[in-house]
Amino acid sequence: MIKAILIFNNHGKPRLSKFYQKFSEDTQQQIIRETFHLVSKRDENVCNFLEGGLLIGGSDNRLIYRHYATLYFVFCVDSSESELGILDLIQVFVETLDKCFENVCELDLIFHVDKVHNILAEMVMGGMVLETNMNEIVTQIDAQNKLEKSEAGLAGAPARAVSAVKNMNLPEIPRNINIGDISIKVPNLPSFK
Amino acid sequence: MEAVNLLSSNRYTEKQIGYLFISVLVNSNSELIRLINNAIKNDLASRNPTFMGLALHCIASVGSREMAEAFAGEIPKVLVAGDTMDSVKQSAALCLLRLYRTSPDLVPMGDWTSRVVHLLNDQHLGVVTAATSLITTLAQKNPEEFKTSVSLAVSRLSRIVTSASTDLQDYTYYFVPAPWLSVKLLRLLQCYPPPEDPAVRGRLTECLETILNKAQEPPKSKKVQHSNAKNAVLFEAISLIIHHDSEPNLLVRACNQLGQFLQHRETNLRYLALESMCTLASSEFSHEAVKTHIETVINALKTERDVSVRQRAVDLLYAMCDRSNAPQIVAEMLSYLETADYSIREEIVLKVAILAEKYAVDYTWYVDTILNLIRIAGDYVSEEVWYRVIQIVINRDDVQGYAAKTVFEALQAPACHENLVKVGGYILGEFGNLIAGDPRSSPLVQFNLLHSKFHLCSVPTRALLLSTYIKFVNLFPEVKATIQDVLRSDSQLRNADVELQQRAVEYLRLSTVASTDILATVLEEMPPFPERASSILAKLKKKKGPGTVTGLEDAKRERGVDVNGGPEPAPASASAASTPSPSADLLGLGATPPAPAGPPPSSGGLLVDVFSDSASAVAPLAPGSEDNFARFVCKNNGVLFENQLLQIGLKSEFRQNLGRMFIFYGNKTSTQFLNFTPTLICSDDLQSNLTLQTKPVDPTVDGGAQVQQVVNIECVSDFMEAPVLNIQFRYGGTFQNVSVQLPITLNKFFQPTEMASQDFFQRWKQLSNPQQEVQNIFKAKHPMDTEITKAKIIGFGSALLEEVDPNPANFVGAGIIHSKTTQIGCLLRLEPNLQAQMYRLTLRTSKESVSQRLCELLSEQF
Repeated sequence: MIKAILIFNNHGKPRLSKFYQKFSEDTQQQIIRETFHLVSKRDENVCNFLEGGLLIGGSDNRLIYRHYATLYFVFCVDSSESELGILDLIQVFVETLDKCFENVCELDLIFHVDKVHNILAEMVMGGMVLETNMNEIVTQIDAQNKLEKSEAGLAGAPARAVSAVKNMNLPEIPRNINIGDISIKVPNLPSFK
Repeated sequence: MEAVNLLSSNRYTEKQIGYLFISVLVNSNSELIRLINNAIKNDLASRNPTFMGLALHCIASVGSREMAEAFAGEIPKVLVAGDTMDSVKQSAALCLLRLYRTSPDLVPMGDWTSRVVHLLNDQHLGVVTAATSLITTLAQKNPEEFKTSVSLAVSRLSRIVTSASTDLQDYTYYFVPAPWLSVKLLRLLQCYPPPEDPAVRGRLTECLETILNKAQEPPKSKKVQHSNAKNAVLFEAISLIIHHDSEPNLLVRACNQLGQFLQHRETNLRYLALESMCTLASSEFSHEAVKTHIETVINALKTERDVSVRQRAVDLLYAMCDRSNAPQIVAEMLSYLETADYSIREEIVLKVAILAEKYAVDYTWYVDTILNLIRIAGDYVSEEVWYRVIQIVINRDDVQGYAAKTVFEALQAPACHENLVKVGGYILGEFGNLIAGDPRSSPLVQFNLLHSKFHLCSVPTRALLLSTYIKFVNLFPEVKATIQDVLRSDSQLRNADVELQQRAVEYLRLSTVASTDILATVLEEMPPFPERASSILAKLKKKKGPGTVTGLEDAKRERGVDVNGGPEPAPASASAASTPSPSADLLGLGATPPAPAGPPPSSGGLLVDVFSDSASAVAPLAPGSEDNFARFVCKNNGVLFENQLLQIGLKSEFRQNLGRMFIFYGNKTSTQFLNFTPTLICSDDLQSNLTLQTKPVDPTVDGGAQVQQVVNIECVSDFMEAPVLNIQFRYGGTFQNVSVQLPITLNKFFQPTEMASQDFFQRWKQLSNPQQEVQNIFKAKHPMDTEITKAKIIGFGSALLEEVDPNPANFVGAGIIHSKTTQIGCLLRLEPNLQAQMYRLTLRTSKESVSQRLCELLSEQF
């Protein structure tokens, strides 16, 4: 099964993380950091699979990743998944994002986290592949958008504003928006003295 | 809370945001879960596919036990109902799978299973994909119930494989028909042995052949996605072929195909090909075929730029090695080791050591190999490896001389690794006499050579060298004086390290007091080691985790066999002189030397065995632990044991028949504990009724530090005794051994049950059989306080039932003991008599032994 899906950029800033296994907040952050370290130091044309990631599952864990422009898409899976199958799933995911956002870029993932989550939910559910047919996924998403629009009165305004701002391409848009600083907590051993 | 309100909204946007919030942010233990469950229930019943989809998604992403309890019955109905939309069916299948993963016991098997299997015939390929995932997981647990899925899967697969790329329209991905579904179906088939029905079997073989044939066809598209998808199916087909392991023809074709991939441009394919070939190598039909690719693999090892691919190449070389090509492979691995990536060096070292030993025809070659190994990658050579070489040299007379000569030469290198010094010291100490005839390696030369390394070594190595010296005293009387001088020097006799000092003093006395005869007996050559399984193999297994080391060896080799892995790592060669209890033999030597007079403690066994035996003898239970134990019957957390050095704290939680206990070991001193090993000891009886699992803890505990150990507990059936926790460690050179009873008692698996007065007495009467009742009348040990007593009964685990007994002074409780095999209902009644300061405790359960044990436990509490 798929244990986690992580998207982060070249600097290791997480853009999306979805865990299908329970981990505490701290561990999740550590996993993201560990994964980034493992993945980012690899050269471009080496293979897309690697074993490791001690925090999730140890030796039964594989990281399957793809690197698109500024973003890394990493799937953490166990040995019951086909490596090439997952690799193609990433491709489908990205192509779907591309269709839904028209030329997807990092900012889309930042401003439309909810949509990305919805798209992902159409593809992967509880760690298993739900749907691989791109058209089907896009239809579902479109249907959702329509529903949304039909219900959207005032609620639609902010979204339009955001897209307008985005299209203006102002220089002051911060390049890296810091989504939640990673705070490292030193684990306290419960004291019983 | 706002989010939960959103859930009950009828507007899609609001509902969707609510669900999104919950899936992302709510963790499974939240209190809101009840409210959420309610909203979900409404949505599931709503028949609006979008809402149902949202609800199912939410269940799948939270997936807690409470949710499983609430919906495990519901979802199968949704799944097999005729009028459910396809997309909802898909979600329902995966949702059920998720719930099955979290709590398999809650998902009922029933008549829906057969209908799920028929989903494989569904029109909609998405539904089939989801159903296949579900069935694969379920079939792993209950193969019988899903047997029918095999033939359905095969026919489905053959329809996909033979279809033209345009037939399946939407599910064709870059000209490959439904690759994901094919992969899933092939995985499902890997849960079962080859089908017995010849028709099905024929059809499957045909499918697999078609897939292999397609690999040869020219690609329909140049895109990498096309080849990826095609190869994903191909690799899955190959692993199915390997799994079945019955068609030599297919196996050889698979092997050839992989051979092509080994030289493919795509790194991914090379990686996967190496990996599949590893499993292929263990099949007897294809072992020979795999071996033809040896050159390619070696080449990959040398030229590949990617570490993970190189690692796979090493694995494959290890798997394909046999007697005929061992020297070549070992030589290649050794030469690769010099440039190997740091992260995989230790593994390669282990592999080389195992291969060298396993396929050694000529033991001089083996000795050479291992010494080379130490020379090239000394840091990565673990203790097991050099223990093993010593064992082998001692057991084989024919290589002893050669080994002594080789180590002697190797030691002459100006800088040599400490591990080499250890091996050298040991072997020369035993067999130095075999090369002493040559003037270039006369005793004095040997001694000076070893002693020149002495100062550069760590304490354990120095200790070993001291043992070597005393052996020299026996082997070569002519250097006795020199050695005595060395032992007598201040740096030895007043060494800050207790172990070294002790050895120096003892050996010095031994060499002056004892006569030649006695010396010869004490310092006799080591007897041969009993032949046992190699400990290195166990180490490799442990490192790689079960199942990943390819199957050349039997899977069953116990960790416990490491011959030298006793608590005393230095394989002390002089006999009793370094037993862990220093006082005893110091005194002994001071008077007449009794230790030497006794027979050498080596009748067939080896010294280290003797040590480990004596060291692991379990200390009697620590005083006071009984009291502590009793306190823990009614509570789960607290301090279990404490003395000047060590404090042991517990935290535990139990649920039904499972439990988890965190043991905290606190070092109260400012000095390190070394070789810290806690062991759980269960009597045979207990072992069959209670399963304990734990991981070893770090063997050193720093001063003031605390280490934690987790014990997973499963109650298989009711049990009487409690497990014993034995802790051994070294504190400043002295050996400590502590045993305490671990408070895992039967009542921990209590689940309270509330019931009304009428019910209670009805059940009470049902259990009126005399064996089911146990009664105990005893004097109160503590003041008779109602509130405290109530708290104790609740802490004991049963429910405290108010207003049940006609006499309000009495206490009544009820509960169920959960074990893996049975559940036992228990009723209890406690009648205090304030005047006499006595209690009468009555227990009725459906099982005699349970009544007995619970009564014992509870009586101690008041």
